[in-house]
Amino acid sequence: MMTFLNFFISGISLGSIYAIIALGYTMVYGIAKMLNFAHGDVIMVGAYVCFYAISRFKLPPLAGVALAMIVCTILGMIIERMAYKPLRQAPSLAVLITAIGVSYFLQNTALLLWTSSPKVFPSIIGRGAFKFEFNNFLLEGQLSVSHVIVLTIVTCIIIMLCLTWFTGNTRMGKAMRACSEDKGAAQLMGINVNSTISMTFAIGSGLAAIAGVLLCSAYPTLMPTTGSLPGIKAFTAAVFGGIGSIPGALLGGLLLGVIEIFAKAYISSQLSDAVVFAVLIIVLLVKPAGLLGVQRPEKV
Amino acid sequence: MTYAIVTVAYIIFQVMSSAGLLSSSMRGMLVPICAYMVMAVSLNLVVGVLGELSLGHAGFMSVGAFSGVAAAVLLQNIIPIAALRLTAAMLVGAAFAALAGFIIGIPVLRLKGDYLAIVTLAFGEIIKSLLNNFYLGVDSGGLHFSMLTDNTRLLAGGKLIIRGPMGISGIQKISTFPAGFALTLIALAIVFNLVNSRMGRSFMAIRDDRIAAESVGIDITKYKMMAFVMSAAIAGAAGCLFAMNYSTIVANKFDFNTSILILVFVVLGGQGNMLGSIIAAAALTILPEKLRSFSDYRMLLYAVVLIVVMLGTNNANIRRFFEKLNPFNRNKDEDEAGED
Repeated sequence: MMTFLNFFISGISLGSIYAIIALGYTMVYGIAKMLNFAHGDVIMVGAYVCFYAISRFKLPPLAGVALAMIVCTILGMIIERMAYKPLRQAPSLAVLITAIGVSYFLQNTALLLWTSSPKVFPSIIGRGAFKFEFNNFLLEGQLSVSHVIVLTIVTCIIIMLCLTWFTGNTRMGKAMRACSEDKGAAQLMGINVNSTISMTFAIGSGLAAIAGVLLCSAYPTLMPTTGSLPGIKAFTAAVFGGIGSIPGALLGGLLLGVIEIFAKAYISSQLSDAVVFAVLIIVLLVKPAGLLGVQRPEKV
Repeated sequence: MTYAIVTVAYIIFQVMSSAGLLSSSMRGMLVPICAYMVMAVSLNLVVGVLGELSLGHAGFMSVGAFSGVAAAVLLQNIIPIAALRLTAAMLVGAAFAALAGFIIGIPVLRLKGDYLAIVTLAFGEIIKSLLNNFYLGVDSGGLHFSMLTDNTRLLAGGKLIIRGPMGISGIQKISTFPAGFALTLIALAIVFNLVNSRMGRSFMAIRDDRIAAESVGIDITKYKMMAFVMSAAIAGAAGCLFAMNYSTIVANKFDFNTSILILVFVVLGGQGNMLGSIIAAAALTILPEKLRSFSDYRMLLYAVVLIVVMLGTNNANIRRFFEKLNPFNRNKDEDEAGED
């Protein structure tokens, strides 16, 4: 029972990271209808910036995270401006390939700047853990929850609350929802669709920086390819929960993280990816628009 | 037209190769280029003609590669002639990949659009994980296989063919450039005949308007499945060709990045345009090699080329400029514009 709880908590923690990354995918998809394959690499850039800020320039961790967020936000906006904006009217596959090009570009720039040798990411809040002793009839033994896990889960909750408030109550957030509903109508209502899309990219990339720092705090190896697999999995999580939906990204991310950790623990560590993707397929067969996605009726 | 260009290119390269004009690295790339061309053609059948995005095409390639190579090893004593053995291996690879395509197609084709794409991605990753943990051995008692750990318990004199994450090693390199060329022509012949048949017209009807196609009595699931299985089979043969060019092959070679690479060939060459796919596959496989003089910067340049080409081909002004420049190209450009 105790090991089960431990696995469950680390699953939730991994899932929180996936959820934060998935938010970036889901927001961009919801509004621009494109799969931003470069998102995983923005995570990697964020982690590197934070790594250098902390270990080379001896900045305090919080300043490092803030710096990473600023750099990633700007990077996200530059990418959007240079690579995606000229393709607003292009077929979606063209945009997809461009996104892949951007992803290669970021990975290889990172390879040149920071070499391929893995860096050990410094812990931003130490490697300590909260320890709980249980001694009742249901639970027995020690539950240890590391600070990083607590930080990850708390950050994820805060981000979710902020985003829900942002999309529900601010002008910009409402504009975003309007654009994802119907771009043409939003434009007619006087919403600047282009700047709204840029804003979405900026927010998504800023979140990616946080995700990168959290990811590398939990799994402290940093390489130019660090972001790609979590990127794919987070994208899966976004689809899992229903792409375009913010609560869906949270739910999908958490479920994916828990399933992955349980599959690793109870089935096989080599086959955990296969199990994760198999669950995704089953979910999509039962609910083709994802768990919280809205299935829109087709008009003829 | 396409056949002629491919044949001429083949003859040029064959002459250059035998005259010793090609560097050894270029010679080594001839077969992979053929394999990628065939992959691009087969993916173009799904993406360009059927209009569904598949992100797991490397999975079929890997099924074809592993089953084909295993077949080649088993047939080593039965079929002594290398070319015949390669053909048999490719057929086995194609058959297994088609089977995989059929199994995957059942759930996948119920979905559409981006959800279909993500499920093909998922299947590609599942195939990779499974093959990474698959052990296959042969001894006097027949074939033995197991998952996760090597539990094949072979008798003395038995041989382990697929070794999980180690893949298959000690492959006899029986793939040749002429074989690759032949496979390319066969793939083209199959796809062209398919596209110009009743079946192909149904594919395109589904691509252009699913609902209209359904209302005139086209069985969407059936035709989608046909395209999917056909494409998987061709990809399997290509995977077999590809694997037989190396002495070692591992499942991680056929990952998500490979699928994406093939998709890049298709999109860059023009969806539905087979010749375009072939040229893009050849050009993009040679390009990193030619950029080698830039050493560290070559993949960076590759990325930049990719982005610039995509931006350029989708820019109305540049496209109009090229139309003026080349009157023969007008039809093709109008076609592309029509797809937007």
